[in-house]
Amino acid sequence: MELLYGIFIDPWIQMVSLPDFFVQVLWEGFVSGVLYSLIALGFVLIFKASGVFNFAQGIMVVFAALAMVGIYELGVPGWLSVIIALGIMYALAFSVERFVMRPLVGQDDIILFMATIGLTFILIGGGQAIFGGEPKAMLTSEIGLPSGDYVWEMGGGIVIFQKLDIAATVIAGALIAGLAFFFSYTKIGRALRAVADDHQAAVSVGIGLNQIWVVVWFAAGIVALVTGIMWGAKSDVSFALQIVALKALPVLVLGGFTSIPGAIVGGLIIGIGEKVFEIYWGGLMGGGVESWFAFIIALIFLLFRPQGLFGDKIIERV
Amino acid sequence: MFYREAGQYKTSYAKDLQAFPIKQDKIGMFIWGILAVVVAVIGIPGLGYDFAMKAIIIPTLIFTITALGLNILVGFAGQISLGTGAFMGVGAYACLKLTTFFPDVNILIHFVLSGFVAAVIGMFFGLPSLRIKGFYLVVATLGAQFFLEWAFGRIPWLYNFADSGAIEVPTRTLFGVPITGASADVTWQYFIVLFFLAGMTWIASNLIRGRIGRSWMMIRDMDIAAELIGVRPLWTKLSAFAVSSFYCGVSGALMVFIWLGAAEVESFDINHSFLYLFMVIIGGLGSITGSFMGAAFIWIFPILLKEVGKSFGYNATLMENISLVAIGVMIVIILIKEPHGLARLWQISKQKLRLWPFPH
Repeated sequence: MELLYGIFIDPWIQMVSLPDFFVQVLWEGFVSGVLYSLIALGFVLIFKASGVFNFAQGIMVVFAALAMVGIYELGVPGWLSVIIALGIMYALAFSVERFVMRPLVGQDDIILFMATIGLTFILIGGGQAIFGGEPKAMLTSEIGLPSGDYVWEMGGGIVIFQKLDIAATVIAGALIAGLAFFFSYTKIGRALRAVADDHQAAVSVGIGLNQIWVVVWFAAGIVALVTGIMWGAKSDVSFALQIVALKALPVLVLGGFTSIPGAIVGGLIIGIGEKVFEIYWGGLMGGGVESWFAFIIALIFLLFRPQGLFGDKIIERV
Repeated sequence: MFYREAGQYKTSYAKDLQAFPIKQDKIGMFIWGILAVVVAVIGIPGLGYDFAMKAIIIPTLIFTITALGLNILVGFAGQISLGTGAFMGVGAYACLKLTTFFPDVNILIHFVLSGFVAAVIGMFFGLPSLRIKGFYLVVATLGAQFFLEWAFGRIPWLYNFADSGAIEVPTRTLFGVPITGASADVTWQYFIVLFFLAGMTWIASNLIRGRIGRSWMMIRDMDIAAELIGVRPLWTKLSAFAVSSFYCGVSGALMVFIWLGAAEVESFDINHSFLYLFMVIIGGLGSITGSFMGAAFIWIFPILLKEVGKSFGYNATLMENISLVAIGVMIVIILIKEPHGLARLWQISKQKLRLWPFPH
């Protein structure tokens, strides 16, 4: 009886009686949801254009952020280290296309997927060998990110909004808008969509697949760098992020593998859902439920709607 | 190889279905068997016996069982799983609980029983595979991985309320010889692991040759077509999950009880799941021999690399990172050059040697 009360009644009472705390939880969930969305966005970009399920997106986030911090530590100014990190991500995109994707063209999806797991290992080992394995502090003020917070009085309490989180949300929004513009209105963007639609047809009208893939991987690299900066600023830059980044997978399941709006909505649902669940229900189960909540939600969701919220309907023929 | 099967005719269906139809292969397996025993009895010259056993041979054999199990699921039934580490954990924790409740029952029986526990859990988490496949299934098995990992860490009952939060292996004996715990005898441990490996390889190879294995492969190659010609997807997929998890469970129990002696949640984390998947990929998807080669390669290669690095005076962390990179590069190269893994390379070289010195 007490358990039932704890599950079905008590959390709602808490939410209503302490609205300021509830809003705070929602906000925190929203912010981590934005970050999940960004990682998921990186997955979707590559999946749409090449059908490759890029498992390395999580480690690309860490790698990009580490590269940036590592270069800054060499004494390079903040803005320049961002640019150099972008250059490194371009080099990565180029070499991935040249040495991994191109030789594997036309292989099964599963083979390509496993190749990206191999890539993950290369980046983990390489990143640790070059930049060291210990967590690093992200640059914030050096690259113009704000610090401090806004305090909002509400319902007899206060809600704290970190300026950094607000900036992260704005930048993420700008990035998504920029990508949407790029995809819809530029020549390369149109080529990307053509490739996503049908590889062979795209090649036959003269679109260079290889070049498109470099662009896509580079776009995913940019998204990774932005995610890495935001996430690193919230905690530290460490390889543990890579495991957290796997949460982008349930986000994709919710949103659909091929849908950019899906990635965003899915990320927000997962981010807010897991925070709320952890705070109000997690205590009943001994805490730490954040590590699997997203996956279990995705699992349940899959049973009812395998293509996700916005994904294309899966049609199978023999 | 150095021999031909010329003159060895198969005159009955039974002969045609043999696991080793060629006489020389039978002799070869026999020699391998003798070698395995001799190694344990007279030791390995030039290497520390305990080191070789504890650090190389026993873990390799245990991981071969894991690789076999995972290969059944991924290579033969075509269902990708990233929850292997957690399923091994289920076996290990089940074994701990069983041996706590029934300390008088022989530990070997507990190893098998904990495999069955893992099979039940594996079947449960395999249920989504009926609706989804491919990458979606990866997400589902990742769910299993994270959920079980969480459960191992957060439910004190599972680790007997130990203060350390880890599995502490009690001493158990076989014929009066301690085989688990701190005072265990390495040679006996080796023989037990070898016994399990031999038995489970035999079972796996026969399952795969038989009706179940064929229906697994049909589901893998095209599930809708398989369903149309009368393979039941429910039963086939779940049985693949069950058998695979059984193998993982047994190997998990062996890993903790025979090899590690104590284990925390980290021994079953996602990175280990990746490692097992690599064993299967590098060894060769859908190949029993491949499981052996893959497990040996993935386990021994970093150790060798580390030893080599030590002799050149590099520090251990650097070598660890280099071996990560090397494994990653290796995987990409193998996927590009030979997607069927080491087993396929082995087959090709055998074929080439058979024809040698003629080109065709």
